[in-house]
Amino acid sequence: MSYLIGIIVIFSYFIAVINGKMNELSSAIISECSNAVTLSITLCGSLCLWSGIMNVAEKSGIVKTLSSLLKPFLKLLFPNLKSNSKAIGYIALNFISNLLGLGNASTPIGIKAMEALKKEDDADIYASDNMIMLTVLNTAALQLFPATIITLRAKYGSNTPADIIPAVWCVSAITLCVTITAVKVFALLSKKKAKK
Amino acid sequence: MTFSDYIVPTAILIIIVIGLVKKTDIFDAFVKGAKDGFSTCVDILPSLVCLMTCIGMFKSVGGFDIISDVIRPITELFGFPKECTPLIFVRPMSGSGALSVYNSIITDYGADSFIGRVASVMMGSTETTFYTIAVYFGAVQIKKSRYAIPAALTGDMIGWIVSVIAVRLIF
Repeated sequence: MSYLIGIIVIFSYFIAVINGKMNELSSAIISECSNAVTLSITLCGSLCLWSGIMNVAEKSGIVKTLSSLLKPFLKLLFPNLKSNSKAIGYIALNFISNLLGLGNASTPIGIKAMEALKKEDDADIYASDNMIMLTVLNTAALQLFPATIITLRAKYGSNTPADIIPAVWCVSAITLCVTITAVKVFALLSKKKAKK
Repeated sequence: MTFSDYIVPTAILIIIVIGLVKKTDIFDAFVKGAKDGFSTCVDILPSLVCLMTCIGMFKSVGGFDIISDVIRPITELFGFPKECTPLIFVRPMSGSGALSVYNSIITDYGADSFIGRVASVMMGSTETTFYTIAVYFGAVQIKKSRYAIPAALTGDMIGWIVSVIAVRLIF
C-alpha cells in the first residue's frame, strides 16, 4: 500500500509539472482531505443503524438458526471435512455474518474457521483445498443490504437509492457460483499435477 | 413504489419482530451494535483522508483517463463504461480506496446514471480480494496460497462483466 501511495504522489506531481496542472493538483489536495471527513460522516448514520439492527438479529438467535440451516449446503462445498468437524460451525457463522453485512463479526469468525481447518487438514505453510474454498468465498461478496452504497446513492440525488439491490443480488449470486466452480476446477487441476 | 422500496423496511421489521418474540432487549442490543458501527466509522476516517487525497491528486492530473485509455480495447469489448475502470484496479486492493473512487464516480456522473449504477453494482457485488486473502492466510501463517488468487480473480472478473449486463437488462 505504501508503495502505491508513493507512486501516485510522485506520478501526480510530475504530470502536473509537465501539463501545467499544478493549480488543479493543489486544490484537489485541499478539498479531498475534507471531503473524506464529509464522506465518513455521511456513512456514520447508516453504519450505526445496520450494525445495531444486525446485533439485534444476532442476540435474538437469528444468525444461529440461519447457520444451522446452511450446514447441509456447506457440506457440498467442503466435501472432505470430517463429520465431527468444528470448522463447519464457524464456516456457517462466517457465511451468515457476511450475508448480513456483519463485517466486524465475520472476519474473527472466519479466522477461527481457518485455524480449525488448518488443524483438521494438517496444513503447514501450504493452504489446503478447504482453506482456499473458505477464503475465496469471503472474497466473493454476498451481502443482502449494501447499506453504504444505498446511503451514498441517496446523498448524490438518486430518486430510488435501493433499486440496485436486485441487480446486486443477481450479480453476487452469479459471481458466487463462478467462484465456487473456479475453486473446484483449480483444485482438480492441481490434483492432476500432483499425481504426475 | 417498487419491490426495492420494500427490501430495507421489511428486513428491519422482520428482525425487530423476531427480537420481540424471542424477548431480546432490542434497545440494548441495538445500541451496543451501533457503537461498533460508530467505531468502524472512526477507524476508517484516517485511511479515508489519506486515500481520498491520493486518489484526488491522481484524478486531478488526469491519471484515471490515462489508465482507462490504456485498457480501453479490453473494456470496450464488454461494453464496459470506461469511467468505471478505476474501480477495477482499486476494488480488489482497498476497501476505503474503492469507497473513495466510487464516491468520486457518483459525484461526477450522478447516482442514477448508467455509469453510477454500474459502479454501485460493482461495489455491492465484489470484495477487497487481495486484502481478504492476506488477512485470512496471514492469520494462520499460510505462506503458499496456491490457486486462491487466480480463483478469486476469476470470480471478480466475471462480477465486473455481469454488473454491466445486469444494469443494462434491469434498468
